[in-house]
Formats: sequence, C-alpha cells, structure tokens
Amino acid sequence: MSDQLSETFAALADPTRREIVARLAVVGEATVNELAEPFAMTVQAVSKHLKVLEKAGLIVRGRKAQSRPCRLSDNPLGGVVDWIEIHRRRTEDRFDRFDQLLQKTLQPQEGDAS
Amino acid sequence: MSTTARTSDLSVTAAPNSHEIAFTRTFDAPRDAVYALYTDADAIPQWWGPRRFRTVVDELDLRVGGRWRFLNIDSDDNEYGFHGVFHEITPGERIVQTFEFEGAPGHVSLETLSFGDDADGRTRLTGTSVCQSVEARDAMISSGMEGGMAETFDRLEALLAGS
Repeated sequence: MSDQLSETFAALADPTRREIVARLAVVGEATVNELAEPFAMTVQAVSKHLKVLEKAGLIVRGRKAQSRPCRLSDNPLGGVVDWIEIHRRRTEDRFDRFDQLLQKTLQPQEGDAS
Repeated sequence: MSTTARTSDLSVTAAPNSHEIAFTRTFDAPRDAVYALYTDADAIPQWWGPRRFRTVVDELDLRVGGRWRFLNIDSDDNEYGFHGVFHEITPGERIVQTFEFEGAPGHVSLETLSFGDDADGRTRLTGTSVCQSVEARDAMISSGMEGGMAETFDRLEALLAGS
C-alpha cells in the first residue's frame, strides 16, 4: 500500500470522519459548525477530524471565508476504489431485485390450485 | 475498464474515452413478462433505487413525449429526483428515454433499453447510457447520486475489517 493510500484508509478508519465525508457527499459544502452539529463533540474536536481528512486529500477547505467551508476533493477516493466496480454492484443489486420480483410474478398464485 | 458479474450474468462496460455505459443481463422469463414488470409503476419502488432509499414513482407516462420522474428518499426525508422524457416506446422491444439527475441539472444522458430473445426462452435486457461527454460519463459512474458513496463506505468498511 502506498503512503497516500495508507493515509486515506487511516482517515476513513474513524466512523466520525466517514460520517463527515458521507455528509459532504450529500450536501456539497459545509462549515465546521454545520458539520459539528449532529455530533456530540466540540467544534474543536471536529476541526481535528477535518485536518486529518484534508491531509489525506479527501476534502478541501475554502481559503477566503473565515468559516473555511469544506467540500470533498474532486476525486476523493480515486486511488482506493474502482468506480466501475461500484457502478456494477449497484446495477447488479437493482436487477437482482428485479429478477426476484420477476420470478415471483411467473409463479402461479398460491391458493390457485384447488 | 469492464467487469463481469459473479453471481448473475450481468456485465457492465464503460470503455475508456467513451461517452457510454452499457450493461446486459439475462432473465429466465419471456420477453413480455420482463417488459411488463420493467414498466410496472407499482413494482418500480421495489427494485429501482438503492436499498437505503425509498423509491417513489412521481410520474410514469409511458408514451412518446411522456415524462417519467422517480424520487429516492433517504431516512432523513431528503429527496433526490430523477426524471426524463420517453422518445421511443415499442412495447416488449425497446424503450428510449432521457435521464437527468435533478442534483446535477443539465447533464442529460440518453438511455436505450432493449428486450431481446435469448436461448432457452430467456430474455436478454441490454441497456446503454450515452452521456454528453466522457467527463460527464465518468462523473455519472463515480457520483454518489444513487447512494454510491454509502456503498463505497460499506466496501471500505469491509476492507478495513479484513486488514
């Protein structure tokens, strides 16, 4: 494992940091205060987590505003996951469910036979 | 950049430098049954969206020029909308439609679904999505718009658990 990869994994080994990344994936951009809100921890503690995520290249922070809003970097997990594999799994999951329903519709209804 | 499924016969391809994502999968059912279920508004919530979302069919006007709109709703009631317009409806054979994620408006892809006969009475479903650019295609594959991020983290967790 390369050092960058180790750093990415280490950064994501913490559930709070994963939650932060997952929230940024949904909301796009958020300040430290906004990110701290759902957690039972201080803004300072969340700030430390953000530093780890920033160092690992997972997030970037604005330079201008005092609040320094955070967002995911352009290719946050680029070296870690194979996107096509994730897309394939998503498609597979969808059509496995479709297939299960399909087989159900093809079966004679229970109680039909008398 | 292509992979083949392990459990089903699904194959998904996304060739480098291409605007296209394609998949193919067979089903042990007649073509009409596959088409009927695929276009059944009551069934769509049970298979269309990722598991962690509730899927709601807001519109499904299955005719040329008709609109479709589905919502994925997460446990915090956040809604993610997807919509498009049907360009071809050939029952039992082909559906051509546009696809747009409302979280990334203006990125429209053209989807073609073909229902074909396969060996042993099976049906082969083939789908292609043509995006507006290679970049848009890659963004679509990598985006978290369909819960991909959550699945990414499930996978990362599994990897971490095994490390």
